[in-house]
Amino acid sequence: MIHLTSPFTEAQIRSLKVGDAVELSGVVFTGRDAVHTYLHDGGALPPGVSLKNGIIYHCGPVVLKGDDGQWKVVAAGPTTSAREEPYQGQIIKDFGLRGVIGKGGMGERTLQACREYGCVYFHAIGGAAQVLAECITRVRNVYFLKEFGSPEAIWEFEVAKFPVVVTIDAHGNSLHREVLNASREKLARLAG
Amino acid sequence: MTDTLRASLIELIRRTSAEIPDDVQKVLLESLEQEKKGTIAESALKIIQQNIELAKKKSQPICQDTGTVLFYVDAPAGFDQIAFQETTRDAVTAATKLGYLRQNSVNSLTGVNDGTNVGEGAPVFHFHQHRSPEVRVRLILKGGGCENVGVQYSLPIEKLKANRNLDGCRRVLLEAVVEAQGKGCGPGVLGVCIGGDRPTGYEFSKRQLLRKLDDRNPIPELDRLEQDLLHTSNELGIGPMGFGGKTTLLGVKIGALNRVPASFFVSVSYMCWAFRRQGVVLNAEGKIENWLY
Repeated sequence: MIHLTSPFTEAQIRSLKVGDAVELSGVVFTGRDAVHTYLHDGGALPPGVSLKNGIIYHCGPVVLKGDDGQWKVVAAGPTTSAREEPYQGQIIKDFGLRGVIGKGGMGERTLQACREYGCVYFHAIGGAAQVLAECITRVRNVYFLKEFGSPEAIWEFEVAKFPVVVTIDAHGNSLHREVLNASREKLARLAG
Repeated sequence: MTDTLRASLIELIRRTSAEIPDDVQKVLLESLEQEKKGTIAESALKIIQQNIELAKKKSQPICQDTGTVLFYVDAPAGFDQIAFQETTRDAVTAATKLGYLRQNSVNSLTGVNDGTNVGEGAPVFHFHQHRSPEVRVRLILKGGGCENVGVQYSLPIEKLKANRNLDGCRRVLLEAVVEAQGKGCGPGVLGVCIGGDRPTGYEFSKRQLLRKLDDRNPIPELDRLEQDLLHTSNELGIGPMGFGGKTTLLGVKIGALNRVPASFFVSVSYMCWAFRRQGVVLNAEGKIENWLY
């Protein structure tokens, strides 16, 4: 198991390989469909949010406000990343991301951006909203809550030992491409 | 009746969101046994097990995407559907405030999410009259990730060598499994409808997910196809989350509807491993008599 804490250096990220199990600690920002289209179309990050050498997490959490006024994360697993494929490469380049957390994998443009700018795709376990919520130790802030609604807002989380697997590395390798090609070959044999 | 019914429905929503049904849990545990030790596939299934235990213990959603809220209601003639819907919509909003459901319903034109989970077409109701005096309410929470990998094929499809017969159905269904890869949070379950028109085909495919995973199809040719597809899909090596591995599907459930001569649809609803399905029988006061899964 590899342990990494944000912010990351390019060298740390480039040392990772497809199949590596990693535990992440530090700050992560959530962002999903609304945030990706907004940033891709030239929108500015709100003051206080920096993605440089950091992570974006494809996640629309369930967060409740307690009686003490503090946010409490009730459930927070990854959402399907493929929807962000049209935008992700550009955002990696423009904002200096070192990691993207999501599920289901991403395509060729993200893979190329990971290789070119030194970023990796961390796959979290889809649906594991409770295990992953336990790894969120603090809600530091929330941005665009009114504009985008709770699931689509940018949540700033502190995480500890958040479990992921590298499925796209910074060297042009993708577990998703490997498994797809292998399963297509098997299907051709089995279906005749 | 209203307050009791409302409380029963909130409890149904809570339990559906936080607890995996026994039939699904059993198959998930078997698949964990079968995966090769030390692989990322095994580790994914272990995290899934931890998650199931934690969600139940904390009474919180198994998955943060609490999905489309689908009610299937069987009731006798004379049952007041309008009053039931009003109380249910109220219960859905209350369950959302309690964190059993995410604020998950968005106006498709304005993009506004008002946080109530109630709106045009939300939640979804399917009413069915039956001769029995009992009221049976079943609930499925179906996340968007798995809903997005659902698909409908119109046979024949030449490039898949899929003709208008069961072999053609088999070919397109295996294609659906390969296309889905890990994007629908596998290992998943296929709900399938052969025939029907487009909307009834999809609706009937989703309805198959009400069946228990260990039941057997009473129609022999569909039973054979279900067993074959389950076995063959698990030979494809897609594995949990698409990481590679032995467990690609947990089950296949197929139904068939008549079609018109010109159409031959095969419709697929994919359900993720976080298979949230529960049901209750209600008494005349709206109190829960027993649980169905």
